[in-house]
Amino acid sequence: MSQRQILQAFEQYQKARTQFVQTVADLASRPQNTETLQNAGVMSLLRPLLLDAVPTIQQTAALALGRLANYNDDLAEAVVKGDILPQLVYSLAEQNRFYKKAAAFVLRAVAKHSPELAQAVVDCGALDALVVSLEEFDPGVKEAAAWAISYIARHNAQLSQAVVDAGVVPLLVLCIQEPEIALKRVAASALSDIAKHSPELAQTIVDTGAIAHLAQMILNPDAKLKRQVFSALSQIAKHSVDVAEMVVEAEIFPAALVCLKDPDEYVRKNVATLIREITKHTPELSQIIVNMGGVAAVIDYLGDSKGNVRLPGIMMLGYVAAHSENLAMAVIGVPQLAICLEEEQEDHLKAATAWAFGQIGRHTPEHARAVAVANVFPKLVNLYLDTESSEDLQVKAKKALKSVLQKCTYLPALEPLLYEAPSNILKHVICQFSKVLPHDSKARRLFVTSGGLKKVQEIKAEPGSAIQEYINAVNSCYPEEIVRYYSPGYSETLLERIENYQPV
Amino acid sequence: MARLVKLYSQVDHIKQQYFIRNRIAEENRQKENEAAVRIQSWFRGCQVRAYLSHLHKNATLIQKTWRGFTARVLFRQRVKTAYFIMKMNFYNKMAVKIQQRWRGYYVRKYVHSYYARKRYLEGLTRTNAHIRRDLEEFAELQRKERERITLEKEEQEKNIQAQRFHFLLSTKQRPGVFNSPFRAEPDEMELRLRKVKPLLVRSAPKERKTPDIVPDLSNLMPNRERLPPIHKKPQGPFRPALEVQQQRQRPLEPSLRVATSITALEEAREELKRQEWRTRVIDQTRNIQIWNNMKFPSIFKHEPN
Repeated sequence: MSQRQILQAFEQYQKARTQFVQTVADLASRPQNTETLQNAGVMSLLRPLLLDAVPTIQQTAALALGRLANYNDDLAEAVVKGDILPQLVYSLAEQNRFYKKAAAFVLRAVAKHSPELAQAVVDCGALDALVVSLEEFDPGVKEAAAWAISYIARHNAQLSQAVVDAGVVPLLVLCIQEPEIALKRVAASALSDIAKHSPELAQTIVDTGAIAHLAQMILNPDAKLKRQVFSALSQIAKHSVDVAEMVVEAEIFPAALVCLKDPDEYVRKNVATLIREITKHTPELSQIIVNMGGVAAVIDYLGDSKGNVRLPGIMMLGYVAAHSENLAMAVIGVPQLAICLEEEQEDHLKAATAWAFGQIGRHTPEHARAVAVANVFPKLVNLYLDTESSEDLQVKAKKALKSVLQKCTYLPALEPLLYEAPSNILKHVICQFSKVLPHDSKARRLFVTSGGLKKVQEIKAEPGSAIQEYINAVNSCYPEEIVRYYSPGYSETLLERIENYQPV
Repeated sequence: MARLVKLYSQVDHIKQQYFIRNRIAEENRQKENEAAVRIQSWFRGCQVRAYLSHLHKNATLIQKTWRGFTARVLFRQRVKTAYFIMKMNFYNKMAVKIQQRWRGYYVRKYVHSYYARKRYLEGLTRTNAHIRRDLEEFAELQRKERERITLEKEEQEKNIQAQRFHFLLSTKQRPGVFNSPFRAEPDEMELRLRKVKPLLVRSAPKERKTPDIVPDLSNLMPNRERLPPIHKKPQGPFRPALEVQQQRQRPLEPSLRVATSITALEEAREELKRQEWRTRVIDQTRNIQIWNNMKFPSIFKHEPN
């Protein structure tokens, strides 16, 4: 009958559509196909399929769109320009949970590329729809919505503020308490992305009582969850003293120190970042962490890890030492830092290590001695003089050298510097010599026998400059003949005297 | 008497002289007056001056004595205050000495106590070593735990594989793949095959009254552990099985209400209508006509008046 033929035609069409959409979705999951698909004009074909009568086709079309937008920001822009977003936002409110998941996936894929795209997503009113989907029962929908929100909030402070204004934070805190691990992970990463931009946002998150829930999840065995939790806590704690104190009061130490031994590298790095953000604010907070043995844990962490992940550990030691000399005394795990200085290849890591040394050694001669004994000065001078080092590294090395040298009275470490250092560092070295030598006769003897006096005589300095004064001070510690003996050209003067001498 | 005669002889002289002298006196009167005035004025001046200087001297004396007196009083006051100030300075200096000593002692003992700091640093090194040890142990424990779990998982997987390949077990006639006769010892897999219980193979399902298909999930589930029982507490007491059987097999005896279909009323109405349609031949009987004419009063008829 003709009716059956008509119906058959429709069924064939539906089958064809389903097959097309599924194939496109499968192809889109591989990145090398996106170019070809884009050239074939897949965007304009997928758009009407989003409005299809059959729900499965809609969902698969949305999934394919999401995968395409994920890889490539041109496609994401095409999605925005093609006015697909309002349709997705509308259907986020209406349809079943598979479609909601797919729609949230598309929003996330679009928002992740750049702030303008994220702004476009927000302008379509996506935030309200996402907030509604956060209140759903299905954890998959909540996870997709929370992920989209975290990608939107990641870019800048205005978008985060818009996200917070939509009332997302209490819902995210509820999501954290859910039993599914994936949902917890995504909610924690969303909170971390919101909190990182400004102190007000961090305060908003703290006001909803998120810290207690995050603190409970610290000892969860899942590694990725721990990464996100520690990242969230450190983004919250970095903004101000009050918030950092609240984080510490949540009793995360010493449990967090245990996580410094976690097998996952990024968990360790995030814990070290958290400790660094807490210690950087005030001496009292650093004191709390030091009293709990945090310094030993961080030094172990430095020993275990390699490469870029060491940076927060080094900076933490620098901050702790910078606050007061008691704390700097507590930090003297200096051999570990010296090894870092040798091993690292990256400039910013070397710069951080040089800075940390400067902070440790600048307080009293004791500290400077501890730094000097670790044989750090020659390396710092090399870093300063090396033409390949970046400017930042040179500046930091120079400052560290200056501040430590001004307190250093450990002469055996200063002597090699006489030979190598450039003149502005030499000034400080000789200044230290001139302070120590008048009082210590053994040191004077050692100075002469090791050839230091000879080297000092060879230094050319303008009369009246500071160096000349120090050189004079050093020379005045010795009798006249010895100074003359070591001054350059003495053998010539002696020979001249021989020539001019008339034997009787 | 002689004197009288002499006097009378001199009367003219006297008269003459009187007038001469008067004239001279008259001529000198002015000068002498002026001179006398001058002398008098100078003398009066001297008098007054002497009086004034006397007054001055007395006044000076009074003032001098008074001033001396007041000054001595003031001086005594100043001496007292100077003494007082000296005393206070002295006390202050002594108090400063005491405070210096005290503050030095206090600061050295309590605030910047060297020994307390030394103890603190020693304590800190101990805590650090402690924490390091604890963390090491903990890391060690975790590592061992993880290794143990992986080993157990491998064991499980191998056991499952052995269960599935139970047919590769060697028999008396024929040695299996894993038990080659050229080997000294049978392979680990062979031992496992021997140890492990084979999978239960269910026979073909019998025909049941209610054809439920029980899916065999045991090949799909990776771990063969029994699931925990649904009820922890013991259930019961149960009714005897015969009674239960009879109850289940009892034929349905529905009541009248249950047996009537839900649309029975409408069907009955329909049936009644049909019956009426069939049977009733004459629609209107004779009474109806008169009743129809009598029914409505004339005002309801549409007739022109």
